Amino acid sequence: MDAQTIIAKRIAHELRSGMLVNLGIGIPTLVASHVPKTVRVFFQSENGLIGTGPIPEEGMAHPTLTDAAGNPVSALPGASTFDSAVSFGLIRGGHVDMTVLGGLQVDSQGHLANWMIPGKMVPGMGGAMDLVTGAKRVVVAMQHTAKGKPKIVKQCTLPLTSLRQVDLVVTDLAVIAFPNSRATLIETAPGITAEEVIAATEAELVLPDHVQQMTL
Amino acid sequence: MKTIALKDAAAMIPDGASLLIGGFMAVGTPERLVDELVRQGKRNLTVIANDTAMPGRGIGKLVSAGLIARTIASHIGLNPETQQQMIAGKMAVDLVPQGTLVERIRAGGFGLGGILTPTGVGTVVEEGKRRMEIDGRSYLVETALRADFALVHAFLADYDGNLSYALTARNFNPVMATAADTVIVTAEHIVPVGVIAPDHVVTPAPLVDYLVTNE
Repeated sequence: MDAQTIIAKRIAHELRSGMLVNLGIGIPTLVASHVPKTVRVFFQSENGLIGTGPIPEEGMAHPTLTDAAGNPVSALPGASTFDSAVSFGLIRGGHVDMTVLGGLQVDSQGHLANWMIPGKMVPGMGGAMDLVTGAKRVVVAMQHTAKGKPKIVKQCTLPLTSLRQVDLVVTDLAVIAFPNSRATLIETAPGITAEEVIAATEAELVLPDHVQQMTL
Repeated sequence: MKTIALKDAAAMIPDGASLLIGGFMAVGTPERLVDELVRQGKRNLTVIANDTAMPGRGIGKLVSAGLIARTIASHIGLNPETQQQMIAGKMAVDLVPQGTLVERIRAGGFGLGGILTPTGVGTVVEEGKRRMEIDGRSYLVETALRADFALVHAFLADYDGNLSYALTARNFNPVMATAADTVIVTAEHIVPVGVIAPDHVVTPAPLVDYLVTNE
């Protein structure tokens, strides 16, 4: 199983029926492909859609039914559309139960940096700052390292997305939570040891008595 | 509300004007108005929009033609030309969180001096802004945004100027229709007054100044 699939499948286990969920671009988008059959969630596209469905089949796309990247999507029965003020009212107002976002860095307290690399990449924050600040639960989906360098660091060197700390980080190696603002190793990926996770992590990790293995 | 030909609508917009332009990654952007602004070669524009789309679509066409001096947007990541012009110092870019951007425009249209939002507290977005503590939570003071013109795209417009929108092509359009001195609308279909049911009207007619005819 490739890294992205491991991350997406693990995060899909966090979904509960009735949740309103916003998925960011990249690995987070893949979570929608792994929703358990017994779970019905509402996916939000922040450009103004709740009830986002799969990518439409050839010939079934419509130019005014799109996701936050401008790509065609479908709308499931029960979907609704609304303007951007409503969309971000839902996000900032705590009506979104869970958001899954990509990350560049997460620090030992759970602070996330995911919107720019000064001097290199300045795409803009889009909806990321509102999502991290306002969603009830923030889950970060990212590779554990980038070009061999740890992405879970002591302190973020990149500009922060929000002062609000994330709830969960899911990588291809581990699941990390932040009880008492301390990065804590909760689970390891199949075939990965806690020592391997520690070696690939710059932040100091709290180790509970029992580190479980990820269920995929 | 007046109907107006496309070229006359664009001709009202002077060089140096500020424009609110609807759309999200070019979905719901008044494409014909954008094309006509390019054709007439407007200069030195300030564009307030969610994003600068991508080259060849929507606001991306204004970027490619070098017509924009300043952009206020939440995302420019899908348009490398915007980033190039920003780095080259040809275009000033103010990046604003998306939820803050739409609320600043809403404030501008609804008679508010600004809004208080927790988004951006403790980040680079806070630089130069006032922070307020209310009931134990921190908020940034974000000021209202207005423009000389709003360029809005609707699905249906009637001849009084009542508007309804299509699916995700709604996005910033109805909010922007409240926040400019002059509101110019293009629509997929222009229909007789009464065809859009009152409870399906999203933008009420008195907000619209000009409706571009479909020729």
